[in-house]
Amino acid sequence: MFGEPIPRREDPRLLTGQGRYLDDLGRGALAAAFVRSPHAHARIEGIDVDAALDVDGLVAIYTHEDLPPGVGDPLPLLIPHPALTHGRTARPLARDVVRHVGEPVAMVVARDRYLAEDAAERIRVDYEVLPAVVGIENAAAAERLVHEDVPGNVGAHLVQEVGDAPAAVAAAPHRLEFRLDIERSASMPLEGRGVYARWDPDEGSLRVYSSTQTSTGVRMALAARLGLPKTKVEVIAPDVGGGFGVKVVHPWPEEVLVPWAARLLGREVKWTEDRREHFVGAAHERGQVQRVRVGFDDAGRILGLDVTILHDHGAYTPYGIIVPIVTSTQLPGPYKPGAYRVEFTSLYTNTVIVTPYRGAGRPQGVFCMERTMDKIAAHLGLDRAEVRAANFIRPEEFPYDQGLTFQDGRPLIYDSGDYPRMLEMIKELIGWDGFAEEREAARREGRRIGIGLGCYVEGTGVGPYEGGHVEIDSTGRVHVATGLTSQGQGHQTVFAQIAAAELGVPIEDVTVATGDTRRFGYAVGTFASRAAVMSGNAIALACRRVRDKALRIAGEALEADPRDLEITDGVVHVRGDPTAAIPLRTVAVLANPLRYAFDEEARRATQFAVGGSPDEPPVPAGEEPGLEGRDYYSPVRSTFASGMHAAVVETDPETAEIRILRYAVVHDCGRMINPRIVEGQIHGGVAQGVGGALYERMVYDESGQLLNASFMDFLMPYATEVPRIRTGHLETPSPLNPLGIKGAGEAGVIPVSAVIASAVEDAEGIRIDAMPLSPDGLFRLRRRAAVDPALRVERLPA
Amino acid sequence: MKPPPFDYRAPRTLEEALEDLAEGGKVLAGGQSLIPLLNMRLAAPERLIDINGVASLDALEVTAAGVRAGALARHAAVERSAEAAAVQPLLRQALRHVAHPVIRNRGTVVGSLAHADPAAELPAVLALLDGHVEAASASGRRTVAAADFFTGPLESALRPEELATAAFFPALPPRTGTAFAELARRHGDYALVGAAALVTLDDDLRVRAARAAYLGVADTPVVLDLTGPAVQGQEGRPPGAVDWSAAAAHAVARVNPGGDIHAGADYRRHLVGVLTGRALAEAARNAPPGGT
Ligand SMILES: Cc1cc2nc3c(=O)[nH]c(=O)nc-3n(C[C@H](O)[C@H](O)[C@H](O)COP(=O)(O)OP(=O)(O)OC[C@H]3O[C@@H](n4cnc5c(N)ncnc54)[C@H](O)[C@@H]3O)c2cc1C
Repeated sequence: MFGEPIPRREDPRLLTGQGRYLDDLGRGALAAAFVRSPHAHARIEGIDVDAALDVDGLVAIYTHEDLPPGVGDPLPLLIPHPALTHGRTARPLARDVVRHVGEPVAMVVARDRYLAEDAAERIRVDYEVLPAVVGIENAAAAERLVHEDVPGNVGAHLVQEVGDAPAAVAAAPHRLEFRLDIERSASMPLEGRGVYARWDPDEGSLRVYSSTQTSTGVRMALAARLGLPKTKVEVIAPDVGGGFGVKVVHPWPEEVLVPWAARLLGREVKWTEDRREHFVGAAHERGQVQRVRVGFDDAGRILGLDVTILHDHGAYTPYGIIVPIVTSTQLPGPYKPGAYRVEFTSLYTNTVIVTPYRGAGRPQGVFCMERTMDKIAAHLGLDRAEVRAANFIRPEEFPYDQGLTFQDGRPLIYDSGDYPRMLEMIKELIGWDGFAEEREAARREGRRIGIGLGCYVEGTGVGPYEGGHVEIDSTGRVHVATGLTSQGQGHQTVFAQIAAAELGVPIEDVTVATGDTRRFGYAVGTFASRAAVMSGNAIALACRRVRDKALRIAGEALEADPRDLEITDGVVHVRGDPTAAIPLRTVAVLANPLRYAFDEEARRATQFAVGGSPDEPPVPAGEEPGLEGRDYYSPVRSTFASGMHAAVVETDPETAEIRILRYAVVHDCGRMINPRIVEGQIHGGVAQGVGGALYERMVYDESGQLLNASFMDFLMPYATEVPRIRTGHLETPSPLNPLGIKGAGEAGVIPVSAVIASAVEDAEGIRIDAMPLSPDGLFRLRRRAAVDPALRVERLPA
Repeated sequence: MKPPPFDYRAPRTLEEALEDLAEGGKVLAGGQSLIPLLNMRLAAPERLIDINGVASLDALEVTAAGVRAGALARHAAVERSAEAAAVQPLLRQALRHVAHPVIRNRGTVVGSLAHADPAAELPAVLALLDGHVEAASASGRRTVAAADFFTGPLESALRPEELATAAFFPALPPRTGTAFAELARRHGDYALVGAAALVTLDDDLRVRAARAAYLGVADTPVVLDLTGPAVQGQEGRPPGAVDWSAAAAHAVARVNPGGDIHAGADYRRHLVGVLTGRALAEAARNAPPGGT
């Protein structure tokens, strides 16, 4: 069961259109639409709603002035950090200044979305347009400010150091210095954000459905903002059509305003984000400029690495500085970078906010490290794989302390891994050895092909905790609940696999509930490759409690020592004696002493049926009625998954098109619960990585307008653009958690830009220092390289 | 992304459709271009005249003279028609590059011409073949030659009250081959640059005529006669072995594409050369040696 590649149990429902996503709910609800700023930076001079008032079906229009304190205040800064000295967040509706195109200015509620948009279109907002800050380097130059009270546009500045990197670089026999650029992309889930709220005036309670990655987070935030006791707020994440990070930010302006309006109006209100809103009103990521100085020895071993990062975090910092922290700390990857110094400056710009997107800063860090490895190899004329191997942490060196502080505030200590073995596997999968001949043979036919490699380590399963609740009912069904949410990962399958294996029941008997605060109130959320590690282990621990209790009760019923009992196929029996047995459904009945016999089975548990000592209470001290259990898993620190990708690409000598011919992945997420789901996660991640490497960017003009805010012009790869992926698995169990697992959710996306850059560089013999790379981009690079030898790279030995 | 209010008409006959159109409004055919424009509120016609219920407009007539596609002939129907492909293979060659299969199931050939997107394939095909569009209004009918039909980006010679009832694509002349080449960022996207080519050979496999039409390089399709440089490219070479680079260079010198967020002007111009060479070479290979 555990470890088997069973098909996903949610697929029949989701693939046949039976899913229930946010917009499938609340058919009769009023609809909200938002008036959003058309300017990147402007002062609001006045808002005139008169022309909108006679739209038939209009219910209400709200601007900042209508919002009570609490509701209208700036949104929370979710993850404060001492280095974030100038954190700023937006108000749900702008008060005086708007700081990016798309910032909400007014909310319209109407009978349906069509009418709400009709009314929104008629609202006139007078703006005094202010100069916009667009682009990382303009932000750093700080000739204009995004926030008047934030000097230099600097939100945060952080230096982490292990040893004296500048000195180590200066003293090294070889030195290189270069700049790298990564453009903006975004999570871009196919289902946008959405909120649907119902106020119950009799109960004084609020139920909110949100397309979120954290229903418990939304619940706490709403209770606080709306002044409601937590017990009067229920938040449910229905089926969620992808999140990839953007939906862990909360509460979004709309997430506060829609429930607030529902309570005020005493009506159900719903808002479903459309694609245009998602481009300008949600969040983006990536977007860094890195300056690297590295010193190394003749074998390519890094002696000192000094990286300075400019990070663009957009107009506000509700999610803090997690992205640049992750970049800084995951940059060393599977290597020992010698002395390491990393400094980042996180800057405001008049653009959409930047918050974690699958990979969450790692793709940038890995791009930096892997480009560095390739450059060292080229400089020394060494095999790129050998240079990497020379820098690896050895298997016997775990646990390995990188000496840094990770995103959870804990020391960055790798728990386990086997990088040399993994390198052997990936070389084999992609055909690394012998590629030089392959490349030569292609060249003789007038074709250009190249091979690339990229390695990463990913801290997964950040705390603080997750919990699980497991109940076996009197029909023998097992109900598993955990508080974190699902966005299509396959939690119904893997959590059921864990429960079935732990309890000894058929998986068909197990149902799993996620993301519903009615079922489980304490949780953090689904992000950072943490669900399997956190909830998976919590559920296993909860199952073990239930199992212990079941064996205790069965032991009494069978007059056997619980230590001699085992559970198979939902039946407790004495080991070696299948006749001495009692089904779990009966144990469940016995676990709940009853006064009333509501059915035949229940008779067994009523007061005249059960024996027991007349001097003991029916529920012994320290016990609870019911065959259920709850437990939590809270790790000391993250567990570190790792992986290596390789690709063979072909570039068209005439059109500069880039085609991926082969793609291979070796992946280590500890013990796999379900290899099929792990592969699915990898495939999806690689697809997004291909987007980041070859297609996706956010094209802002100098006035801060996003020029490609549609699926027509923001190019996500289709299935036709994603290569076939060959996957190899390596399992180095994590010693940190009972199941020995590590996260797998983000892995696939992390090294793709680095790998493609490496392969294109190999095919072309031209330095690739910026991603994504389009055919036009490669065409221009070729022209520049033709006249500038500094852009050319010596052909590398494989 | 919900459209502003509009009146909706669903005429059952051509006459009704033309009467509705005389009152003002926009024709709704496959809706693959119009509906997105409405949803983004980039277009706000007071009335939509949905012609999908008008019988007879879906006719696809194939004769020795050419292919006549009625206003409701879907991209997919024309693409799949073996008869159409036999008479004019360029249609199928080009339609394969139009969007994705699901969009081709719905979008129409005539709608694509009426929409007149500078990056669309079919306008270039009609222009290269010297086809025409048949237009009708409550006050009469007329035929507009391809050369006069495309007047600007998303602008055609159709008058507001006119319905394009059909488009006519002339048959392939004897000993002629066609080809279509384009470069799009992803499969099915509008092209950055595309080239449709037509090459006629003589009995000795010598190029007698070579023409190409381009999309994505100007507001309307650009048709170039490349016979001169093509003939020059075969001098001193055995039959069938043509050096197309002179024709490619000739084309590059005659286009003046603009740049956008997907590709700069220099790259587009460069592609004109590459695609010219590729399309002409393939068209020549496709030209039947002796027969038709
Ligand atoms: C994702 C996507 C990708 C696409 N990619 C491509 C591509 O690569 N290449 C390409 O060429 N096209 C592409 N298209 C557009 C597609 O081919 C459209 O179907 C076509 O352009 C318009 O045809 P339609 O029947 O859908 O017209 P509609 O959308 O119904 O109408 C388009 C316009 O033409 C007018 N019109 C339509 N029919 C008539 C008529 N008979 N008389 C008068 N006016 C008329 C309408 O009033 C409207 O202004 C794409 C569309 C999508 C959604």
